[in-house]
Amino acid sequence: MSTLLELNGVERHFGGLKVLQGVNLAIPQGGVFGLIGPNGAGKTTVFNLITGLQQPDGGAIRFDGRDLSGLKPHQITRLGLARTFQNIRIFKGMSLLENVMVGQHSHLRYGALGLLLASAGFRAQEQRARERARELLSWVGLESQADEVADKLSYGDQRKLELARALATEPRLLLLDEPVAGMNSAEKVEIMAVIRAIAARGFTVFMIEHDMKFVMGLCEQIAVLNFGQIIALGNPEQIRTNPQVIEAYLGRDDDEAGPAPSQGERA
Amino acid sequence: MEAFDNFWAVYSNLVLTLGTNALLALSIYLTLSCGMLAMANAAFMGIGAYAAALLTMNFDAPFTLALAGGMAAPALAAFAIGQPTLRLSGVYLAMATLAFGEVVRIAILNTESVTGGALGLNGIPPSTQWWHVALALALVLFGLWRLNRSRIGRAFEAIKEDDTAAGLMGIDVAGHKLLAFVLGAMIAGLAGALNAHLTFFIGPNEYGFDRGVEILTMAILGGINGLLGPVLGAVTLTLLPELLRSLNDFRLVFNGLILVLIVLFLPQGVWDPVRLRQWFKRKGGQA
Repeated sequence: MSTLLELNGVERHFGGLKVLQGVNLAIPQGGVFGLIGPNGAGKTTVFNLITGLQQPDGGAIRFDGRDLSGLKPHQITRLGLARTFQNIRIFKGMSLLENVMVGQHSHLRYGALGLLLASAGFRAQEQRARERARELLSWVGLESQADEVADKLSYGDQRKLELARALATEPRLLLLDEPVAGMNSAEKVEIMAVIRAIAARGFTVFMIEHDMKFVMGLCEQIAVLNFGQIIALGNPEQIRTNPQVIEAYLGRDDDEAGPAPSQGERA
Repeated sequence: MEAFDNFWAVYSNLVLTLGTNALLALSIYLTLSCGMLAMANAAFMGIGAYAAALLTMNFDAPFTLALAGGMAAPALAAFAIGQPTLRLSGVYLAMATLAFGEVVRIAILNTESVTGGALGLNGIPPSTQWWHVALALALVLFGLWRLNRSRIGRAFEAIKEDDTAAGLMGIDVAGHKLLAFVLGAMIAGLAGALNAHLTFFIGPNEYGFDRGVEILTMAILGGINGLLGPVLGAVTLTLLPELLRSLNDFRLVFNGLILVLIVLFLPQGVWDPVRLRQWFKRKGGQA
């Protein structure tokens, strides 16, 4: 399996605060990769650096072998990276269909003249984009509401719309920032099925999530970030039993102060 | 036919002003629809007016060439100042573009040998016919209508809603903002060029702060939900003082009062399809 996205010694500081310190990550092509960690561990910062919203203070990020440093967000998106946001950022005043069609922006190629005269090429491309947008909306189960204004959607449906819109950029790697934050368990099950289906279609998914059950149920590989450093990497079973991860999430018992992991090994 | 001739003799200037004001309102609609509060449109109108007038007066250029020059000059200016200023947003962009307008006005005042300075340019041939204005308005409306139905129109709207998310959709945000700014400058310049060949005289103070606010008011009052809004806003703001002429001394009072009422009861502007539909539905329900 080849590496699709690679973070090498990535650093990010805010003033004196080192949010990320030498983060190394390799996301393989295909499958679902998870990044978990306590609040404030720097997970969203990792996504912001990958998508070009912020620049790293050190280290390198490579997508499919290409260095992303200095690229603007739209250039990175055009290389095949798309993301959703923890706090949903859909275009609320536009219809669902238009939202998804915005994602196809860089895949539509018609000139100013074709646009003005509504040339055959223009109409064919717009038509194809509309059909593809409807198809993507059907993937997330929103095709029946395609012409409604996005603002009217329920919270869970807005997340699904954001997912469809990200897919419209035809990404090779899809970054999901807490895709089930604030959802009830029924909605979580729905989203899980949607993400599984997306991965089955060949999209590589890299997600941040707090919900352990959700992450464990979806991801083949999980990395754990704490205080700006990767403290563990492995499959769900390895992560579940990793003492450092348990410590990061539950804290350490003061009575057993000392090298807790080695104690566990002795037992 | 005689009645029409009489009407035209009295009101031709008003009707043509309607057309150029509609163009101006559409020029700022373009930047507003891309989420930018750029206040340089009066200056672009002035640059267009002076460029076109100088072309006809000093170089005997044919009218079409003068109009083309009147669009090209502000487009170039917009391209040059757009690069640094469009990084700003909100009131900061408004302030920077207002400052640019002041720079243009003072530059015109101080280049007397070319622009006539404070005395302005006199004796511009009145080449603008009513159909020039009508055709210009029709073409601009058609062009903007096509633009709105394309990926570029969607990109403008996406940038207005959330420019970070728009960038992550693969949209070149800075490029599209610059495009909206330059196209808006071209339309404002066209209005200026047509207007200059209508009024015989142009002076630097016609393109100052007051005009900039008037242009913005027309667009906001009419509504920026669609192309009809700015046109209706221009019509309202141009016709209202004329319709209230019989009120003599109270004219400006009622003019202001009506504008306040429109803003209060139609906050999205005169052209607000959603609200209009609601009103008519309610009336239909009562009947």
